[in-house]
Amino acid sequence: MKIHEFQAKEILRRYGVATPKGEVVEAAVEATDICREMGGRCVVKAQIHAGGRGKGGGVKLAGSPEEAESIAGAILGMQLVTPQTGPEGQTVRKVLIEEALDIAAELYLSVTLDRASGKPVLMASASGGMDIEEVAEKDPGAIIREAVDPQLGLLPFQARSVVKKLGLEGSTGRQAAKLIGSLVAAYLDTDASLVEINPLLVTGHGDVVALDAKMNFDDNALFRHPDIGEMRDIAEENPLELEAGKYDLNYIKLDGEIGCMVNGAGLAMATMDIIKLFGSEPANFLDVGGSASQEAVQNAFRILISDETVKAVLINIFGGIARTDRIARGVVAALDELPDVELPVVVRLEGTNVEQGRKILQDANFDFIVANDMADAAQKVVAAAKGGV
Amino acid sequence: MAIWVDNDTRLVVQGITGTEGRFHALGCRDYGTNVVAGVTPGKGGESVEGIPVYDSMSEARQATSCNASMIFVPPPFAGDAIMEAAAAGVELVVCITEGIPVADMLKVRAFLEDHPTRLIGPNCPGIISPGMAKIGIMPGHIHQPGSVGVVSRSGTLTYEAVWQVTNLGLGQSTCIGIGGDPLPGTNFIDTLAAFAEDPATEGVILIGEIGGSAEEEAAAWVQENLDKPVVGFIAGRTAPPGRRMGHAGAIISGGKGTAQAKTEALTAAGITVAESPAEIGISMARALEK
Repeated sequence: MKIHEFQAKEILRRYGVATPKGEVVEAAVEATDICREMGGRCVVKAQIHAGGRGKGGGVKLAGSPEEAESIAGAILGMQLVTPQTGPEGQTVRKVLIEEALDIAAELYLSVTLDRASGKPVLMASASGGMDIEEVAEKDPGAIIREAVDPQLGLLPFQARSVVKKLGLEGSTGRQAAKLIGSLVAAYLDTDASLVEINPLLVTGHGDVVALDAKMNFDDNALFRHPDIGEMRDIAEENPLELEAGKYDLNYIKLDGEIGCMVNGAGLAMATMDIIKLFGSEPANFLDVGGSASQEAVQNAFRILISDETVKAVLINIFGGIARTDRIARGVVAALDELPDVELPVVVRLEGTNVEQGRKILQDANFDFIVANDMADAAQKVVAAAKGGV
Repeated sequence: MAIWVDNDTRLVVQGITGTEGRFHALGCRDYGTNVVAGVTPGKGGESVEGIPVYDSMSEARQATSCNASMIFVPPPFAGDAIMEAAAAGVELVVCITEGIPVADMLKVRAFLEDHPTRLIGPNCPGIISPGMAKIGIMPGHIHQPGSVGVVSRSGTLTYEAVWQVTNLGLGQSTCIGIGGDPLPGTNFIDTLAAFAEDPATEGVILIGEIGGSAEEEAAAWVQENLDKPVVGFIAGRTAPPGRRMGHAGAIISGGKGTAQAKTEALTAAGITVAESPAEIGISMARALEK
């Protein structure tokens, strides 16, 4: 689960991480007084669940309370396009008004899971404010990595070693070491999957402040953290994905024209791939679950066809424990109960009793296009989407 | 011959009194697996279709000498169930449960360092040695005893590949789903090393997907250590970055873990990579003919 920058800062402050003073507003007029209290200068930051906000014009410095209001007014409601949002962008519903600080240096810090070693890892770099992937590509040596023992947390000597490698000394170094320890503690305590501070600011006075903050959480552990679960902002999520989530369906909206419904995540990805191989693009990822029950198929189909970009549908089911003929009956029953479906629907069933399964589809009221194997199915659905069957 | 699961397997099912646990315990028994016990805390003394239920793994181990476990315990308690099985001395633990928190798996991994137990999964379909025994939720009837070893991060995509292999008349030695989570107990390399030693396995199908670097590590290992032909397939070429594709571990993050990079790594190691999921079986057949 993702949360907003202001929420991540709220959590990190509980662990003693210093952040700029700030307040979140949803109306531009509220920005005026907040900026005045900050001494007449402030930064206005769009709050959306995507990075690269500055590049898209979602982060701006205001030199007066009036300017703060006009900038907030311009950003609120805009479709903010960043390298991470896709071309349609994301509507800005909240802005964070923060005090403007002087910048002596910008660093990078993050904690995430290193899958190869099976341990959390702290990453730090003296090149803050930049895309860390770019830093990793251009100068891998510039990234400091410190493995974290999940039972012990980051040990003080590890924090001191990272700080020294970052070139920080004196009071600044001590503040940074403490902040790094707090960051790891927050990561472990909250079942986070990512904590990232980019940039970590060293001010003109030598203080260390988290200028930006990002936290993602392990969905599987949210049952332990109801307070974090409440921070979910469904306005940031795709409405079709939200709807699918209500039925425990795994659905992800994509840009193509072929709607797909598959049982199992791996086979669902492979189905998307073979659609591409045959010259079209998938409109979605959709896993209806291994057993592909009638109810799951019905809900999935309804969601699938409510996406207006879908021109044809491919149902690809591998009959596992549930035999193919039973699944075929489920698919037919699911479509019978839905109002007129005018899209071409290609069905590919495989597994035991496949002949009976295909016959059930061919004899159904609905005009299914029945495919023999995955390649045949991909070819037929791509042709159907392009208008010829 | 086969790896890890065979006619000597004596299976205990943790969570046997739940709907899923019961269904698949009986499914394994119907396939021919020797299911000797079930465990559900508080239900000791009951029985499930003649399978005795115990309160704890240590009691089950003592009473039945079970040497393998299959876990259907809900996610918040599944990590504990794995560690209980290891503490009881069970050699093989297959965890089917999906949705175990990463932090719990970090504890499990630390615990298993002090125990000789092999963990397969979590979030996996299990393991089957056709004609001998199965521990898992896969449909037994699509398999056939034979010469191809299959190792995969997926469930139904594995069935797809298995079915292709069966229809070509090759059959399988052992098929293992290592699971879709970011921290699997058994990885590709562990499995490939066991297939390398198994005389019944003549070729290996490796099915990977986006996320992490396990396929790249496997490719390097194969190049150095494995003489048997390997056919690969990587799912998720069309997956967008930053999105979790169903499996907790299937995510391209920070530009890393793409299908393209994995395909390139496998190809560079001399592994034939099937471009289409419809051609996994036939690619294996061709590789074995050479």
